[in-house]
Amino acid sequence: MGEIKLMKGNEALAEAMMRAGCDAYFGYPITPQSEVLEYLSREAPFKSKMVVLQAESELGAINMIYGASGCGKRVMTTSSSPGISLMQEGLSYIASAQLPCLVVNINRGGPGLGTIQPSQADYMQAVKGGGHGDYHLIVLAPYSVQEMVDFIKLGFELGEKYRNPVMILADGAIGQMMEKVELFDFIEKKEEAPEWATTGRKPGKDRVYITSLFIQPETMENVNKILQAKYREIEKNEVRFQVINLDDAEYVLTGYGLGARICMKAMELGREKGYKIGLIRPINLYPFPYKIYSEIATKIKGILDVEMNAGQMVEDVRLAVEGKTPVRFYGRMGGMIPTPEEILENFEKFFIYGDKDERNRND
Amino acid sequence: MSEIETISVSKEAIIKPENLVYSPPKTLLDIPMHYCPGCGHSTTHKIFMEVVEEMGIKNEIIGVTPVGCSVFAYYYLNVDMQQAAHGRACAVATGIKRVLPDKYVFTYQGDGDFAAIGTSESIHAANRGENFLVIFINNGIYGMTSGQMAPTTLPGMISTTSPYGRDVKTQGHPFKITEVIATLPGSAYVTRQSVHTTANVRKAKKALRKALEIQKMNIGFQLVEIVSNCPSNWRMTPLESNKFVEEQMIPFYPLGDIKVPEVK
Repeated sequence: MGEIKLMKGNEALAEAMMRAGCDAYFGYPITPQSEVLEYLSREAPFKSKMVVLQAESELGAINMIYGASGCGKRVMTTSSSPGISLMQEGLSYIASAQLPCLVVNINRGGPGLGTIQPSQADYMQAVKGGGHGDYHLIVLAPYSVQEMVDFIKLGFELGEKYRNPVMILADGAIGQMMEKVELFDFIEKKEEAPEWATTGRKPGKDRVYITSLFIQPETMENVNKILQAKYREIEKNEVRFQVINLDDAEYVLTGYGLGARICMKAMELGREKGYKIGLIRPINLYPFPYKIYSEIATKIKGILDVEMNAGQMVEDVRLAVEGKTPVRFYGRMGGMIPTPEEILENFEKFFIYGDKDERNRND
Repeated sequence: MSEIETISVSKEAIIKPENLVYSPPKTLLDIPMHYCPGCGHSTTHKIFMEVVEEMGIKNEIIGVTPVGCSVFAYYYLNVDMQQAAHGRACAVATGIKRVLPDKYVFTYQGDGDFAAIGTSESIHAANRGENFLVIFINNGIYGMTSGQMAPTTLPGMISTTSPYGRDVKTQGHPFKITEVIATLPGSAYVTRQSVHTTANVRKAKKALRKALEIQKMNIGFQLVEIVSNCPSNWRMTPLESNKFVEEQMIPFYPLGDIKVPEVK
């Protein structure tokens, strides 16, 4: 059993980073995730050999990630929504050059400068690419401080396995709240750089270069084919989700991260009132667990998708069920968090009493 | 005249290592360059690779290419290279040098990359005293996108986006970023050179070597600006463009060392 501590989400994440053998962190302050850079600046000199550098901007940070990852090092950055938008250019280059790295988005309300309160409005940006060109990040969505810790390790491993950028998409509440966590021990990792890394020419071997520029369209198409083949492989191997009470479920509540966590309470309240409600929580947002929704669709009377946005993941849920069951959406926006009671109220409105409001209908 | 005919030495007999007075550095790949005839990029590539070869550091150096004409520099420079996003070379180089502090690191950037879109990354890397070399090619124009105004375009100079000559009242002044960087405590060696004459090529090569020697001392950022030409987009012959460098560019961008560290 690992060390048990009471920790704030962002600080637990920073501690896990050191324990996971992160070689370099480049970041820029932004609420609600500045504790990560603060914690590392304070703790890393005593606990780790890692580089910790406050960059001049998120643009600077993500390109430092590109350079250090290109040297075969374990690297990461963290930011929040407006900063993550600035990083999209770099992420597109990193995906194209097939460099592993871990990026954390402590999602806050938008658009624009928005608010510093928790939000899930960056779902589309995270799972559909985000920057220019056809690419995907592997996206993990923690719903607890414990998962913030566990996904650091998993995120590095997935990134290195597929040579692909990985994003942990959390939100301001997960970043700021304190919970009991079990920390894994400090990892010893091999120091040898991979073949593709630029570490200076190896005697007797060809030099290596890292690029995302393939000026001949035939070559660029082939690079895209390689990327797409990799994404199919990721879709085959890396789907992760949690289900609760699906066996006897007549209705399903679904959401990710904090949204899913609130749905768990709403499900309990509903079951107390006699509604047979189950829950699906995608853990990977990319690749998305389409199959579980598709399988359950013919056995239930409807799905209520709950998110802290205007309805983003619900598009993937609808794609998955292909109209076989009604999919309704309830969300709060701009940094507002739904309560279990209002989720249950909307569940009853949609599925128990029925509603005449066309805005809520899609079936 | 008949003397020539009587010489019967074969070509093979002449081409021997001991007879060679010149050969290109092996750190430069022997493939045709995409640069226009007369362009300063190819000369700068060559002298820098000569320096790398002479110092015996080809296995100890990592380079970063920008976006611009020299985006393809990694086709020619036979060392480990990374290609960066437009303007971000100094951030990429920071990432490399921070995790591999024992290696030599350089970026190779044009004026648009280093002094317009990448100004923040350039200045902050210099100000942090990042220990790498920037080779900054200033030809006062955007070459790759075929001749738009650059941050370093001279007042009155014609480009496709200043077709009546750069009007400093509406289009701003040429940016002497090299002088700015020399004022920063993080910069150790700042110099401005050119490659438009043989004598200047030799001086530029010495400056590049000095920069890498300073990098070994780990005392701060190194910047070697090369005032260069762009025959194609200046709409000139190579010779005319070299004359323009001499008569127009250098008076505005004077050559020589701007900041040299005191070395014991």
